[in-house]
Amino acid sequence: MEKKQTANPPATAMQSLHGAEQKLKKTYILRRLWGYFREYKWMLALAIVLTIAGNALALVGPKLSGFAIDAIEPGPGKVDFATVFRYAGYMAICYALSAGMSYGLARLMIRLSRNIVYRMRRDIFEKLVSLPVGFFDRHQTGDIISIISYDVDTINASLSNDIVQICTSFITVLGSLVMMLSISPVLILVFVVTIPVSVLITRYRAKKVRPLFRLRSKKLGELNGFVEEVTSGQRTTKAYHREEVMIGRFDQKNKEAVDAYCNADYYACVMGPSVNFVNNFSLALISVFGALLYMGGAISLGNISSFVLYSRKFSGPINEFANLLAEMQSAFSAAERVFRLLDEEPEPADAPGATELAHVKGDVALKNVRFGYEPGKVILSDLNLDAPRGSVTAIVGPTGAGKTTIINLLMRFYDADSGAITIDGQNICSVTRRSLRLAYTMVLQDTWLFHGTVFENIAYGREDATMEKVVAAAKAARIHDTIMSLPNGYDTVLTDNGSNISKGQKQLLTIARAMLLDSPMLILDEATSNVDTQTERRIQDAMLRLMEGRTCFVIAHRLSTIQNADRILVVKAGDIVEQGTHRELMAKNGFYAELYHSQFETV
Amino acid sequence: MKTVLRYLKPQYARLALQLTIKFIGTITELFIPWMLSHILDDIVPLRDMVQVYLWGALMLLAAAVALFGNVCANRMSTRISRRFTEKLRHDAFARVSYLSSRQVDGFTLSSLISRLTSDTYNVHQMVDRMQRLGVRAPILLLGGICVTFTLEPVLTLVLVCTLPLLGVVVFGVSRRGVPLYVRVQEAVDGMVRKVQENMTGVRVIKALSKTEYEKERFDEVNREVVRRDQHAGAVMATTNPVMSLLLNLGLTAVVVVGAFRVNAGVSKAGKIIAFLSYFTIILNAMMMISRLFMIYSKGAASAKRIEEVLETPVEPVPGDPAPRTSEYHVEFQNVSFSYNKAEGKTRDDLSGVSFALRRGQTLGIIGPTGSGKSTIVSLLMRFYDVDAGEIRIGGRRIEGIPEEELHTMFGVVFQNDFILADSIRENIDFGRGLSDETLLLAAKLAQAEFIEEKEGGLSHMLTAKGANLSGGQKQRLLIARALAGKPEILVLDDASSALDYKTDQALRSALHHNFSDTTTIIIAQRISSILNADHILVLDGGRVIGAGTHEELLASCADYREIYEVQMGEAE
Repeated sequence: MEKKQTANPPATAMQSLHGAEQKLKKTYILRRLWGYFREYKWMLALAIVLTIAGNALALVGPKLSGFAIDAIEPGPGKVDFATVFRYAGYMAICYALSAGMSYGLARLMIRLSRNIVYRMRRDIFEKLVSLPVGFFDRHQTGDIISIISYDVDTINASLSNDIVQICTSFITVLGSLVMMLSISPVLILVFVVTIPVSVLITRYRAKKVRPLFRLRSKKLGELNGFVEEVTSGQRTTKAYHREEVMIGRFDQKNKEAVDAYCNADYYACVMGPSVNFVNNFSLALISVFGALLYMGGAISLGNISSFVLYSRKFSGPINEFANLLAEMQSAFSAAERVFRLLDEEPEPADAPGATELAHVKGDVALKNVRFGYEPGKVILSDLNLDAPRGSVTAIVGPTGAGKTTIINLLMRFYDADSGAITIDGQNICSVTRRSLRLAYTMVLQDTWLFHGTVFENIAYGREDATMEKVVAAAKAARIHDTIMSLPNGYDTVLTDNGSNISKGQKQLLTIARAMLLDSPMLILDEATSNVDTQTERRIQDAMLRLMEGRTCFVIAHRLSTIQNADRILVVKAGDIVEQGTHRELMAKNGFYAELYHSQFETV
Repeated sequence: MKTVLRYLKPQYARLALQLTIKFIGTITELFIPWMLSHILDDIVPLRDMVQVYLWGALMLLAAAVALFGNVCANRMSTRISRRFTEKLRHDAFARVSYLSSRQVDGFTLSSLISRLTSDTYNVHQMVDRMQRLGVRAPILLLGGICVTFTLEPVLTLVLVCTLPLLGVVVFGVSRRGVPLYVRVQEAVDGMVRKVQENMTGVRVIKALSKTEYEKERFDEVNREVVRRDQHAGAVMATTNPVMSLLLNLGLTAVVVVGAFRVNAGVSKAGKIIAFLSYFTIILNAMMMISRLFMIYSKGAASAKRIEEVLETPVEPVPGDPAPRTSEYHVEFQNVSFSYNKAEGKTRDDLSGVSFALRRGQTLGIIGPTGSGKSTIVSLLMRFYDVDAGEIRIGGRRIEGIPEEELHTMFGVVFQNDFILADSIRENIDFGRGLSDETLLLAAKLAQAEFIEEKEGGLSHMLTAKGANLSGGQKQRLLIARALAGKPEILVLDDASSALDYKTDQALRSALHHNFSDTTTIIIAQRISSILNADHILVLDGGRVIGAGTHEELLASCADYREIYEVQMGEAE
């Protein structure tokens, strides 16, 4: 009875957020990053000003000490203590100021970088909630968590430090270059040789190392994805005593992750010492050429020594820069993952001029609807359905026949390939998704509760719900007594495991949640599948009240629950094979009757 | 931190070698400026070109040694931290795998996940950075102090006087820093939970159009992470300025004291100048050290959280005081249990439950939501220990059966069981290394023929949480998993709720014919699933309110009769 098609989202292998897709352009990543900094450009400017001022003060310090030493210079018995004390005082003030400034700068940078982190995370999360449902069927939660925690952290750690560093370096490099030029334009030729070498080394390395860093981010994401997946399913692992196997697989992923990490570092860590080497090399050249020049009488000894001092100042930052580059490589790979996620296609925007669906009466119609999750794989070939206001439409059929797909289309989690779905004669593609979805109340087989109190979970669909209303809904759903037996009643926090609450009770909570809503249409997708018959019977009145006056779509296996439906659609392999009331279908003695009878046959 | 050291211990030799090489590289590099000044101060005035070239070549040699040493050392440190992290993560994951359900409840899942991911990463970073900065900074600091000491011992003492103060600052800040970063990581737990929640509940959230609300709620946790991180950062940021201020004030004192000493004729101004230039090196070293402390605090906080997991004691196995032979395979005697003992709940989740099954018999459990059906399974598999009463398998108390032996007896399908993002083969096999024939047979018995129609059959890849399967397909896949191991005891906890009746019936028939030696426990909502069981328990509020066969219960148990009538009555 199973047909080739499956009723659910594409059966493609796990897609990952990175993998084979072509890499993002560096300039593109930089531009996106700058987008974040731009918001804080004044803070950034202030940081740069503070950096310059701090550096300047740091230079004044030695100058002041120079003056103090001048006062000491005259030698034993002739030291000008008044001057020494005065300059010592100035020094103290100057250092205090500089300490204050660097503290201010540090605070500022923490603020700046954390704000950027905050914004990035906010953007990622907002992106996540805007993505189509299918995205979540294809991606591992752990991988996404890895992006939102590790990748964002990496970007932040590197950029917040590095930006200031780069600014400082730039200033120093420029200053010392000017000074060196003024001392000996000839000696500077040494750098004409060595600087390109540094640049080449760094560029070559960066090129080689970047894919390694990309791999490193990816592998860590995979590891985290695995951890999230397996830790969540821990009980099953235990039940099959497969801990060793899972640990073995974890080891495999772990090894891949640490190897990728190590590999990237292995090549990246050469960069710093290499550039350092080039600098030392230039130092050697300077001393030899300087000596030659001196012997040729072209330069004084004092000037050589000043030149060397400046050249050290000059190469220091360049050296630092090479170290930063390694860090920035990992930041880049992380940024690539972040922006790739941010660039995911969101649910297509509402059609231009989409109106709010208001005053819904609840006449739902599907005309010639054709749909497949993947092109070429048709799930629903030609679906027609009329559900007038207040009617109950039941959808039955074997698993995998396309029942849930119909719901996905009604709620516009997916859009039909052709054909039209209308509400009160209005095509649902011409209204806003928000208003469309709010017109439905949905109770699903997969109960979903979040970390929060029982009250918050029930009131989830309605911000204005009062305690009385929540209690009334809970009583109607026959879950009130259970709630009262919890340690803190309605204020009990439901934890992620929720071991103190069974799956059936969770479903009752979601039914109570639905009872608070007053949308004109209702979807019950196996809404009571986890609730036992007695309880189901007890909540029947409430369920009937819930369904009263609403256009209802009910998916159920227990055929006894849908006998009173106005219309029963029997779906098989994406087509409606039978349609009618329970009585009509039983009289027809077709597929429905066969399904119906099978539930009472015994072995 | 002791955990970190323990994990580094096997690598002490390598670490020592790495540090030595790094030491040599660093020292050699520090010689280069000295050689430079030697050329300029001593050689050049001699106008001896040969010597100049000689020293120039020596400088190059030193540069090469430094390059070689540093690259070597860096690569070694990369390998050391690689090994370290691999082992630490392995152990943490292994420990988490063996935590008891109660212990997992205590940590919460999202916290365990972030400990395994974010915290292990932080520790890795710490070990990595410490090895690199850890050598250079102390060498520069000690070297600087030594040189200044030879220049002017008394002035150096003035400077050294500030060191205890510095120690106090560093100690104080890092003591505050560690708990602050622990709090940051706790906030990260919350963030992880929020993302997880939203990814699993995306349909509900979208259906209720609660995206704005969810954004706000994420905003709260996001802000909290940032706020705590900023707070920790702000505290840590005090070290650097305070340290340089202290040192610089020390320097000022040096100038003043120097003035007196020069005045007294025991020192020279030139020495003070030289002193000052070395002082810059000391200051830079101090900066590096303060950065080290920042890295340390963050890493130590994470290490502490991992330590908590690693040090969670293995729950003791009480042992079996009285094994006895029994005609029964599975027995519950007067079992009572409560999930939250400490929280003063009024009633137990299970009280006074007894039943006994012979090998090959089937037990059906039915009862309202929350009546304790799944709890029976949790206790039977010893996820939790009973508060009172005894559970025996083959006459042995389950507390006395080693976990591996106990768990391999079972084939289980839980409610909401988990599916790996892997092939169908892996999902049925579940790491047991079974042959394809076995897997296909199990699939056939589980009525999961749909597998053969999937592209690639057993090799067909499933997405996370089995999202590309329908509910019924998932359940059949899970049943196939349970059957594939030919278990002694088969537990199906609401495992066929998504199956249509026809498939459900075919499944029951297949079980009946092929697993007649397997003791089976079926928890179900549908009476038709348990109708033929040898023994049926009707539960309500954690108590057994009816027990017996279908016929007996129809006669004796009003609740059972009611269920039966609701589900079957209207049909006939």
